[in-house]
Amino acid sequence: MACLALAAIEAANKIPPLSMASILQTHDLHKSFGALVATDSVSLTVQTGEVHAIVGPNGAGKTTLLSLLSGSLKPDSGRIEFNGKDVTRTPAHKRVRLGLARSFQITSLILPMTVLENVMLAVQGTTGHSLKFWSPVSKEKDTQTQAMHFLQAVKLQDKSQHLADALSHGEQRQLEIAIALALKPKLLLLDEPMAGMSKEETRKMIDLLRDLKGDITILLVEHDMDAVFALADRTSVLVEGGLIATGTTEEIRSNTEVQQAYLGEA
Amino acid sequence: MRGEQASSWPSHLLARLKGNLPNQVYFALVIALLIAPWLINALDQSFYLDLLTRALIIAIAVASLNLIIGFGGMVSLGHAAFLGIGAYCVGIPTYYEQFNGFVHLGLAVLCSALFALLTGLICLRTKAVYFIMITLAFAQMLYFTLVSLDEYGADDGLVIYQRSEFPGIFDIENPTTLYYAVLLFLLGCLYLTHRMMHARFGRVLQGCKHNEQRMQALGFLTYKYKLIAYVIAGTMAGVAGFFLGNFTNFISPEMMDWTHSAELIFMLVIGGTGILFGPVVGAVLFLLLEEWLSGFSVYWHLILGLMLIALVVFGKGGVHGLLSLGSNRGSQQNTTT
Ligand SMILES: Nc1ncnc2c1ncn2[C@@H]1O[C@H](COP(=O)(O)OP(=O)(O)OP(=O)(O)O)[C@@H](O)[C@H]1O
Ligand SMILES: [Mg+2]
Repeated sequence: MACLALAAIEAANKIPPLSMASILQTHDLHKSFGALVATDSVSLTVQTGEVHAIVGPNGAGKTTLLSLLSGSLKPDSGRIEFNGKDVTRTPAHKRVRLGLARSFQITSLILPMTVLENVMLAVQGTTGHSLKFWSPVSKEKDTQTQAMHFLQAVKLQDKSQHLADALSHGEQRQLEIAIALALKPKLLLLDEPMAGMSKEETRKMIDLLRDLKGDITILLVEHDMDAVFALADRTSVLVEGGLIATGTTEEIRSNTEVQQAYLGEA
Repeated sequence: MRGEQASSWPSHLLARLKGNLPNQVYFALVIALLIAPWLINALDQSFYLDLLTRALIIAIAVASLNLIIGFGGMVSLGHAAFLGIGAYCVGIPTYYEQFNGFVHLGLAVLCSALFALLTGLICLRTKAVYFIMITLAFAQMLYFTLVSLDEYGADDGLVIYQRSEFPGIFDIENPTTLYYAVLLFLLGCLYLTHRMMHARFGRVLQGCKHNEQRMQALGFLTYKYKLIAYVIAGTMAGVAGFFLGNFTNFISPEMMDWTHSAELIFMLVIGGTGILFGPVVGAVLFLLLEEWLSGFSVYWHLILGLMLIALVVFGKGGVHGLLSLGSNRGSQQNTTT
């Protein structure tokens, strides 16, 4: 009996049933840049707890979609619901506090600060206000401890005193993840975390993200299909701004239309 | 993390000075400024006390500019407007025979903070070159407004017959007293900046300078932090203007001319942007050079310009950059101290 129950839990963790609560829903999202339609009536549902991959060719509008979700771009029409709340008009910085964090396709760090200081800035945002003008951050032991904890999660604790500028590309990508985690998100938007990484670095990053699976819901934009197959519970395919398919990663893998549109091309 | 605990302040100071040429120079400079009046009076060179007083007043304005350019990454070309506002807050009340220094100082703080807030609300919606242009535009608007005010002398300005009175506290008619008041305020501004830049607020501000998009993605409303920094800087420069009006005994719209704003940036670059003591070094060096070179050649502007180019090309980071080259420790760690 116990065995059966465990297996059931495991199965539930692997492939979340569709009836599970959704954390994010977009309804008919549109965005154009002049004549170019970058997001074309996208209706997407991300289930709580899943890793949901978005794949698609270059210029398909993946980054644009993430920017709409994070709030750095405003949609022309459509609605975004996060955690049961309409956030379409919510400014970007407030969405972060609601639990929507993103990482960038092009590494975005405060390069002249140390690795620890970068993460501490993120922790600072989640622990009280930042209108403190007098007491030094270096005296905030709790902020430091928390930041170190997130560095440990991405195995960068030994580099905490290095300047972010001095890290290798792979390490900088890891730091981006630590920073995103430090925001304590409910949903993590990752824009090609493996971009520009070596095979070895990619493998490490896959392991790292696999560790996060289950704790955090992840929307993963990724070109590396091995990574997608290794991590994603479900996958959506975006072509020329529109979603052409959504399903379990297995289904997408064997979908001929998808193969023609995207996988065959790669 | 570098063993900053358990050390009393003298040993803390020694640790900062050890093997760090820039910090040694700044320490020597502060000591020199503290004893300067005594030396100058002994040598009977009151001219130099005047020159130094002016340099320190300007240094306050440059330090405030450092807060927004050096730490906040907002390059403003309208900063002299705040000097002018502070000075008019002495000149206009005096014109109506209101000599109370607290009234002057209070007005200077209030008016410059208000001007910073109102213009900042608009300027900070723009970035880079647009920010430069719009700060310049606001400063020029103020300039022309004052030129059109015939009551207060228009272009010709106003003579201030008497300095602000602080009855029973001190008398800034005395040049040495004025000098120390200015020096004290300058050091106070630097200490405040130091504290702010190591506190939460300053970390966010510096983050905005280097990568504003990242700070927004961390959930910070960057506009708010930049606006606060802008208002603090404007207020500091306003108080510098209060001192300047008292010092020169004269005010005119010319004080807010954009060329003066450019000079402030010039001094900041000489000392090293984002360096706490950079503004003091920059302002003192600029005014001394101006004094000596203008006696030496009518082409002193050209010479000064060439020197600046050399400083920027060869010593990245102004005088601080040069000093760091001569120091065995890197300058990296000092950029925020
Ligand atoms: N700010 C912008 N202004 C104008 N056009 C834009 C802007 N941002 C993106 N685009 C265009 O929109 C389209 C979608 O771009 P987007 O960056 O979202 O694609 P992507 O799927 O992330 O591509 P990649 O795989 O290369 O990262 C592209 O044609 C791009 O040139
Ligand atoms: Mg992209």
